[in-house]
Amino acid sequence: MPVTNVLIAGVGGQGTILASELLAMAAMTAGYDVKQGEFHGVAQRGGSVFSHVRFGERVYSPMAPRGSVDYMLALEQLEALRYAHFVKPTGTVLVNDHRVEPIRVADERPYPENAMGFLGQQGFRVVMLDATRTALELGNYRAANAVLLGALAEFLEIPGEVWERTLEERVPTRLLELNRRAFAAGRTALTRAGGSTALPDATSSSP
Amino acid sequence: MRLMSGNEAMALGAWEAGVAFAAGYPGTPSTEVLERLAEYEEVDAHWATNEKVAFEEAMGAALGGARSMVTMKHVGLNVAADPFMVFPYAGTNAGFVVLVADDPGMYSSQNEQDSRYFAKVAKVPILEPADAAEARRFTAAAFELSERFRTPVMLRSTTRLAHTRSRVEPGERREADRQPFSRQVSQFAIPVYARFRRVELEDKLARLREFTEEFQGNVVDEGSDPIGIVTHGIPYQYVKEVCPNATVFKLGMLYPLPRRRLEEFCRRFDTVFVVEESEGFVEQELASFGIRNVIGKARFTNVGELSADLVKAGLTGAPVRPDFSTDIAILPRPPVLCAGCPHRGVFNALKKLGVLVTGDIGCYTLGCLPPYEAIHTTFCMGASIANATGFHRAGEERVVAVIGDSTFLHSGLPGLVSAVYNRVPTTMVLLDNGTTGMTGHQEHPGTGHTLKGDTAPAVNYEALIRAIGVQHVEVVDPWDLESTERAIRAGLEHSGPAAIIARRHCRLLPVEKAEQRTPYTVVLDECIVCEECMESGCPALVWEDDGPRIHDWECVGCSLCAQLCPVDAIVAAEVA
Repeated sequence: MPVTNVLIAGVGGQGTILASELLAMAAMTAGYDVKQGEFHGVAQRGGSVFSHVRFGERVYSPMAPRGSVDYMLALEQLEALRYAHFVKPTGTVLVNDHRVEPIRVADERPYPENAMGFLGQQGFRVVMLDATRTALELGNYRAANAVLLGALAEFLEIPGEVWERTLEERVPTRLLELNRRAFAAGRTALTRAGGSTALPDATSSSP
Repeated sequence: MRLMSGNEAMALGAWEAGVAFAAGYPGTPSTEVLERLAEYEEVDAHWATNEKVAFEEAMGAALGGARSMVTMKHVGLNVAADPFMVFPYAGTNAGFVVLVADDPGMYSSQNEQDSRYFAKVAKVPILEPADAAEARRFTAAAFELSERFRTPVMLRSTTRLAHTRSRVEPGERREADRQPFSRQVSQFAIPVYARFRRVELEDKLARLREFTEEFQGNVVDEGSDPIGIVTHGIPYQYVKEVCPNATVFKLGMLYPLPRRRLEEFCRRFDTVFVVEESEGFVEQELASFGIRNVIGKARFTNVGELSADLVKAGLTGAPVRPDFSTDIAILPRPPVLCAGCPHRGVFNALKKLGVLVTGDIGCYTLGCLPPYEAIHTTFCMGASIANATGFHRAGEERVVAVIGDSTFLHSGLPGLVSAVYNRVPTTMVLLDNGTTGMTGHQEHPGTGHTLKGDTAPAVNYEALIRAIGVQHVEVVDPWDLESTERAIRAGLEHSGPAAIIARRHCRLLPVEKAEQRTPYTVVLDECIVCEECMESGCPALVWEDDGPRIHDWECVGCSLCAQLCPVDAIVAAEVA
């Protein structure tokens, strides 16, 4: 069985690592060999963070080679661009419709306006989701990670009860219900947008 | 079966091996090893003030007969180098394992440093695992090796091993018998005895050279492709990713190396690739054995972290796929101080005062970035105060040393004592945020709690600093910009050494997060678009076309931007 490669990217504090851990745990429970490698810098907040989750019969490298990622989850648009070279030409990119302006260090260029169009031009299947707003409506914008994870779950062959068990095991009790609902909302959002088989009309910019 | 990081697996392995005592100082990527160990009831684990102290505590416990472990990041070993170099002469009693985590790529460090050289200088054996399951097994093997040869053993980790999760099958704990300490004075290193121990150390190394030939962690994966590769640790995973069918000699024991087996392996191939991360340690050892048919660092860089892509490029010459930054503006995103971070108030004042600022190790190194650019040097733990003294000696009059609470207790204090003793008018700002922030909120001797969660006496900084002879000591709330600036100015004007303690909890501590303060908002009608508020550098504040906005979900109500506003256009949201 070939290895499935997932890349999750975001800004420090958005829950990139937790989402990766949940996916890795679910994949392990579903019977796969798993590696989850996370990449982040100093301090607690604000910097670029990304994580690779790889699962299959046997996984070696903690980081997927460039051009081999099947699914990229991006909690922020600029972060989607930053790691897009890891995505394979036929890969899928799930992007949160959310921007976080970086602080400027000797780079005064404007925030790229056409990020999603650019990704579509590379041939990726791009799906935009309003994960932060959905999470905010459910009670806390920080659950955007669970919304995106729910959307990803629609593409993967990991049974629903495995996801449920994983959330229960890993998410703190006081946040469990919020994350459950966010996860479910992500699944629904994707199904409504056309699921894993068709492209959502309004939000896809894939050619 | 459980999903575990390398760090968690090393803690599990140590627990299973019957470790009784462990000490360390937080340092990414090593921190979670001790945190996880502390969760086991049978293990007495604590944070020490610094790595040297931690090492000496664990060393004492091992001499006293308890299996012990000390944990640190690579630069921590620099601090602990003194005991690390001397202890092998005496040798240990119970098992003693030194976990050192290197950080190739400097994800959270100020330098790259290959700790394998340290072990070679100290004549200490090294084990290096390649994944979490092996991290568990090798940790147990390290304790056995340590007791068998009565030597400290380095368990070498890297960021990628420490922070990668994979499957681990946990086992049971095996309690180790305590070995009574024998008061044999000749075991210890005063010169008259050390000269004998020096010779014995060489004998021990000779026996370790025999052991490594048999060590089960040095393995050859026979493959069908006619390619021979020598590798170790995480690079092994990249090699297998790229060349699953190559014949691979995977080294688990990195020092001493199994010379005879390597000679035999290298004879089988015209050319052998040596794929190792950081320096060409193995390559140099092979050269010293007279093995010439190897290609190593010429193809695999010693700078930064390797990857499957870089290993493939080194083996085949295939180019590494570039990112899209030449096609679209992928702006850099450095980390920032959090909304409400108490450090921000201090940097605002320092920037205004225009003084030279010597920095230290912690989140506050971010003060070197815009909009503050108010940290001008950062080197190593505790350096800020002594560096400031040096700048004074070089003729610089207005110098401020900025240091965090945990770092001050780690190694800042001796610098302050020296400043007092030598009558240098060094001004220190102690950023007392009540935690070890950057590594993820570890307790320390100033917080009032231990690693195990018990209450503990908390250092009284004011009393301590006065007791060593600093006469000007003032405590301020860094959320109060005016008072903070005034206090630092007063410190600079004082003729002798001065200490300003900027005291407010890290915003991410649970006690702070629980506090509900009213977020602030911008009254656009009154805003004069002067951009003064943006000088706060707060991530909750964003600039739109017509002026600033505050993300109410990010704002914690510190009021810093409101204090900066010259026309009171930023107000608490409820009165807006």
